[in-house]
Amino acid sequence: MLGKLSWSDIPIDVPILVGTFAGAAIAGLAVLGLITYYGKWGYLWKEWLTSVDHKRLGVMYIVLALVALFRGFADAIMMRSQLALAYAGNPGYLPPHHYDQIFSAHGTIMIFFMAMAFMTGLMNVIVPLQIGARDVAFPFLNSLSFWMTTISFVLINVSLFIGEFSQCGWLAYPPLSEQQFSPGVGVDYYIWAVQLSGVGTLLTGVNFFTTIVKMRAPGMTFMKMPVFTWTIFCTSVLIMLSFPILTVALGLLGLDRYLGMHFFTNDGGGNQMLYLSVIWGWGHPEVYILVLPAFGAFSEITQTFSRKPLFGYNTMVYATCSIMVLSMVVWLHHFFTMGAGANVNTFFGIMTMIIAIPTGVKIFNWLFTMYKGRVEFHATMYWVIGFMITFTIGGMTGVMLAIPAADFVLHNSLFVIAHFHNVIIGGVYFGYVAAMNFWFPKAFGFKLNEAWGKRAFWLWFVGFYFAFMPLYVLGFEGMTRRMNHYDNPEWYPWLLVAEAGAVMIALGIVCQLTQLYVSIRDRNLAENRDLTGDPWNARTLEWSTSSPPPFYNFAVVPVVHDLDAFAHDKEAGIDTRAAGSNYQPIHMPKNTAAGFFIGMFSLILGFAAVWWIWWLAAVGLIGVIATVIARSSNNDVDYYVPASEVARIENEHTRNLLAAQAAE
Amino acid sequence: MADAHTDHSGASHGSVGSYLTGFVISVLLTVAAFGVVMAHSFSPSGTIAAIAVLAAVQIVVHLVFFLHMNTSSEQRWNVMAFVFTVLTVFILIVGTLFIMHDTSINMMSR
Repeated sequence: MLGKLSWSDIPIDVPILVGTFAGAAIAGLAVLGLITYYGKWGYLWKEWLTSVDHKRLGVMYIVLALVALFRGFADAIMMRSQLALAYAGNPGYLPPHHYDQIFSAHGTIMIFFMAMAFMTGLMNVIVPLQIGARDVAFPFLNSLSFWMTTISFVLINVSLFIGEFSQCGWLAYPPLSEQQFSPGVGVDYYIWAVQLSGVGTLLTGVNFFTTIVKMRAPGMTFMKMPVFTWTIFCTSVLIMLSFPILTVALGLLGLDRYLGMHFFTNDGGGNQMLYLSVIWGWGHPEVYILVLPAFGAFSEITQTFSRKPLFGYNTMVYATCSIMVLSMVVWLHHFFTMGAGANVNTFFGIMTMIIAIPTGVKIFNWLFTMYKGRVEFHATMYWVIGFMITFTIGGMTGVMLAIPAADFVLHNSLFVIAHFHNVIIGGVYFGYVAAMNFWFPKAFGFKLNEAWGKRAFWLWFVGFYFAFMPLYVLGFEGMTRRMNHYDNPEWYPWLLVAEAGAVMIALGIVCQLTQLYVSIRDRNLAENRDLTGDPWNARTLEWSTSSPPPFYNFAVVPVVHDLDAFAHDKEAGIDTRAAGSNYQPIHMPKNTAAGFFIGMFSLILGFAAVWWIWWLAAVGLIGVIATVIARSSNNDVDYYVPASEVARIENEHTRNLLAAQAAE
Repeated sequence: MADAHTDHSGASHGSVGSYLTGFVISVLLTVAAFGVVMAHSFSPSGTIAAIAVLAAVQIVVHLVFFLHMNTSSEQRWNVMAFVFTVLTVFILIVGTLFIMHDTSINMMSR
């Protein structure tokens, strides 16, 4: 009846997990209680959970990313604390079985649910506004993508309290991840969570590719598109090309585990080395999927706060496209030591070094944008400059690793860990936080507190160097990654420094949460409110509408005359809002709960498949199919906002604006 | 929106006839693939090559009959995306063969 599931799978003998469960349960009940107390369930359901509005989905994605950041960081600081303790005979407080789950969960959550969700959230909030569109091409698919991502994250967290998580690292290399060596349900949780979230990501890629190709405002040719939109365009292409590879790799691994096939086993003709090639065929483009949008955000922020147009827009676009293509031909550098000959290693080593060139071009473009600009040291700019320094160091250690001979020394050591945290924290995370600070007023109508933003930056920035520079040294000293305890006295002081860095980063996260709290508390102060919709005197179309934008984004679809359309309009004295006093009815999608239900049935399917509860899996699958059919046969999916309603909303906004300006 | 057979860009959504043609060809190709394996009519490497060719033909059949890809101007983006996909698939398959072949020789695993 319950497949493999039994009472012994609930880890009540692990105090850390019991404590975590109690904490999560209390926090969860508190949130649910507050929603009930304030009677917000209907509001939440009608306005958010069933919403197909790209701005609301974007906000929900970012909330999900912040929750995932909390979970992923808790894993990180537990690992650092273990290594600060587990020296010279002391076993530390995490036994290997638990420790291995923690590093696997840390990697999986940070990439798939923190970084990917954050990126998807940002592109949801910004891209349609930036290209002058009223929503994405497929609003319902957008909601579905969000729910697939969310339920996958739920599934991963269920593994904390029911059963176990994978102990095979974030990419679950066979043969360790095969049934023979991992007979538990951990790898199955991993496979199903990543597969289900992959559906959401792939649909997001299709959605945004179509949106950018088909729904740009009149006059916005490809070479008049803002850089952030360009990077999302390239990211969408990479998602569409690479996520199917991940699906296939994990699908074959799943067939090995569920049906006793032999794709990657040691016996029966399998070849585990093929898995490495296939999974990194996805894995390398994935890191560019994450970092390209960050590059886009840096471009928008740098030009806005340097008060001049971006230096070398064309080279920026070409560099982005070059990275998109080159990222598909470097994947072997993740396994130089697998045993391929000099021809193969040389080819991929050289391709990897070449990809540093377009990235370097971008760095110089940002530097020349700042050069002779009037740079305003806003909190957002701190993250940008911190990124430029940190990412350059990380890029250089990446080129070191691209030398196959050097990689043979450094492979699987903490040097590699230091390198990719250097580019992912310094590049991706700093970029997303900068973007959140920059576009927050657009999404909510008030600015984030700057003082707390700067405090968060300094703690993250300094904490990062304390946490990861020692790892470079430890790599040279021969410490391998994923180690549970050690006896080498030379490593101990460096690991203490790294622990101190992790604590600083923890304080940085506290500052970020404080920043959110203080900003929400002070949202009605005059200096924090964004009444005009253009708080930074920015250059692109999203700033031409109000903050937060009306649900239809633009009362009148703007016409684009030049690159940086809004800057052009401001200089030419064109008021895009007043231009459309003659409003037309607006065609909009209706909210739908179908995405939510498909997500929930998928969660049932995933959970049941992990535990081999086949009747329940059938219920989940039939539920998914039935919801899809019901949704497909529903023709009542859109409506028109009458012109009078548009006029009412726009006039009210204008009145508020004038009243506020008169009050000042 | 009202016409069920076209979308905003005017691209064709096909007819029952074209769907049936595609379905029949797909079934034939699938049966042929199983037949080649079950009849042992080729050497092992010949069988793998035959299945690969049949699979490639099947992909084209799906694209033309089910996904309505053609060279008309409305389809330019589809064709462009398809060409990029083919390029990527080519890079991945040839790259993986290159890597795995070289590794096998170097490690004497085959």
